[in-house]
Amino acid sequence: MSMDKTARVHQVETMALQMRRHIVEMFHAAGHGHFGGSLSCTDIVAALYFGDILRIDPKNPNWPDRDRFIMSKGHGAPAAYAALVERGFFPVEWVKEYESLGAHLSTHPNMHCIPGIDISAGSLGHGLSIGLGMALGAKMDKKDYKVYVILGDGELNEGMIWEAAMAAGKYKTDQLIAIVDRNNLCVGGRTEEVMPVEPLADKWRAFGWQVLEMDGHDVTSILQTLDFARAAKEAPVVIIAKTIKGCGVSFMADKREWHGHAICSAEYDQAMTELGGVCGCTK
Amino acid sequence: MHEVMDPAKYRKIRDEFGAVVTALGAEIPELVVLTADLMYPTRTDEFAKLYPERFIEVGVAEQNMVGVAAGLATCGKVPLVADYANFICLRAGEQVRNDVVYTKLNVKLAALSSGLTFGVGGPSHQSYEDLALMRALPGLVVLVPSDAMLSGLAVRAAVAYVGPVFIRLGRDEEKIVYHEKIDFEIGKAIRLREGRDASIIANGPLVAEAIEAADELAKDGIQATVLDMHTLKPIDREAVFRCARETRLIITAEEHNVIGGLGSAVLETLAEKPSCPVVRIGLPDIFPIIGPTWELRAHMGLSAKNIADKVREHLGYTAK
Repeated sequence: MSMDKTARVHQVETMALQMRRHIVEMFHAAGHGHFGGSLSCTDIVAALYFGDILRIDPKNPNWPDRDRFIMSKGHGAPAAYAALVERGFFPVEWVKEYESLGAHLSTHPNMHCIPGIDISAGSLGHGLSIGLGMALGAKMDKKDYKVYVILGDGELNEGMIWEAAMAAGKYKTDQLIAIVDRNNLCVGGRTEEVMPVEPLADKWRAFGWQVLEMDGHDVTSILQTLDFARAAKEAPVVIIAKTIKGCGVSFMADKREWHGHAICSAEYDQAMTELGGVCGCTK
Repeated sequence: MHEVMDPAKYRKIRDEFGAVVTALGAEIPELVVLTADLMYPTRTDEFAKLYPERFIEVGVAEQNMVGVAAGLATCGKVPLVADYANFICLRAGEQVRNDVVYTKLNVKLAALSSGLTFGVGGPSHQSYEDLALMRALPGLVVLVPSDAMLSGLAVRAAVAYVGPVFIRLGRDEEKIVYHEKIDFEIGKAIRLREGRDASIIANGPLVAEAIEAADELAKDGIQATVLDMHTLKPIDREAVFRCARETRLIITAEEHNVIGGLGSAVLETLAEKPSCPVVRIGLPDIFPIIGPTWELRAHMGLSAKNIADKVREHLGYTAK
């Protein structure tokens, strides 16, 4: 899937927009959803799945040599669903059935229900340890796949994250790439008021990680940073992605209330207008 | 009661565990052992020395350890977490539930130092609720072997089984129950004594006490069946039903709170069929006092004497 730089950026941007439509339509059909954190990481997930980053095969989702992807902030999973459905991992009917009785797709992902989901998630703080296990497994088998883990900034309050950070530093796990969705908001408000996580880059550095920073909504910046991270050696890499919660829909942007929220018809109509029209995935 | 433990009668659980793990290291290339700074206490140091590339030391961080184990299992490894029972079940309980059991990953949880086996360690290092917690996790296999040999066989069976398994293990000397090699099958209780008067269903260290109690009762003319219920889940239902059918009394005996462990599992099973009376021996929903393991067990009634007394009492037996 090699392509020139402009085409690559354009493809990611196009797919990110389409993914945002999926996300909002899915949540509208369900009546509610985690808009804020799904939309803040959408461009990053789009870059991973449509920017020639992840080595994956939709026809062989359990391919042992595939790159792994973990949405550790499990409530951001709808962004991954939107990417997976567009990559053909499962039919669009599954999006229509989101959160219905017995559905494949729900608020938090179940690996046994969804091809392309490498681990079940939901409870915060778990994904980095699991990703570390996957990366250590790769090293044991002399495989060269990478493990990408998206972490929420509020999730960084969890002690388990720092247990994993310490261990990845010890093992110099350079196949592990963590991406912090630094949208500055958690359920209760500003992260720096609820529980300060700064100075974030210094914290990771102190644990032995190589730290990169990027604008999490600028696709050129995202791709450049991910390309650089993939080539890293001798240390795990964390990318602090500056993002905006609810990015892409004006009235959700940077609003605490839209972490998890119901959406009325008027709001839905406005959101879809801003996103250039419905994609019809839930029709 | 700091008696010298006669090696003909007692064997150390941890030593057997370590030896079996080392042996499995040679047999199973996918086996990976993880510890949270308990390599020496869990006797996994020999494995670590022989297979350093398959030994992961996460430091004192049990939650991370269980998460890493889950990640390794997704790659086809057979991770074995060697830790103390309460740290696995309680400190890393959510990781066990969400990362290992919900995901059905092939992780083996070797829960050492369980029950009162670290008597002087006090409640922070003991476990009497672990089985209640683990038993309630959907689909998790829960093993509670009785002596050193069975502990080794249980670890082997757990590793051979595909899926998550919790193996409750002891610490130091336990009485030898099995002097000759026996077959260990997950879900199949072992009948150690046959009797028509009462049944003693036990697991863990209480199996040896149950045998002694049965032998003692035989002197009074009371014949007791003894079952080693080494698999708490899935419990051997037929074996339990048979006890209820063939004997007038069932005693359950376990080194665990009477809430949620073997006694509860037996009663739940029997709730579906006509049953004889069931009496549970275990910890009576209290944190016990501190004490050396064997003295503490005797103090708490986790002994052959108390089992025999309870059988006599509930059968209405009075000494001639």
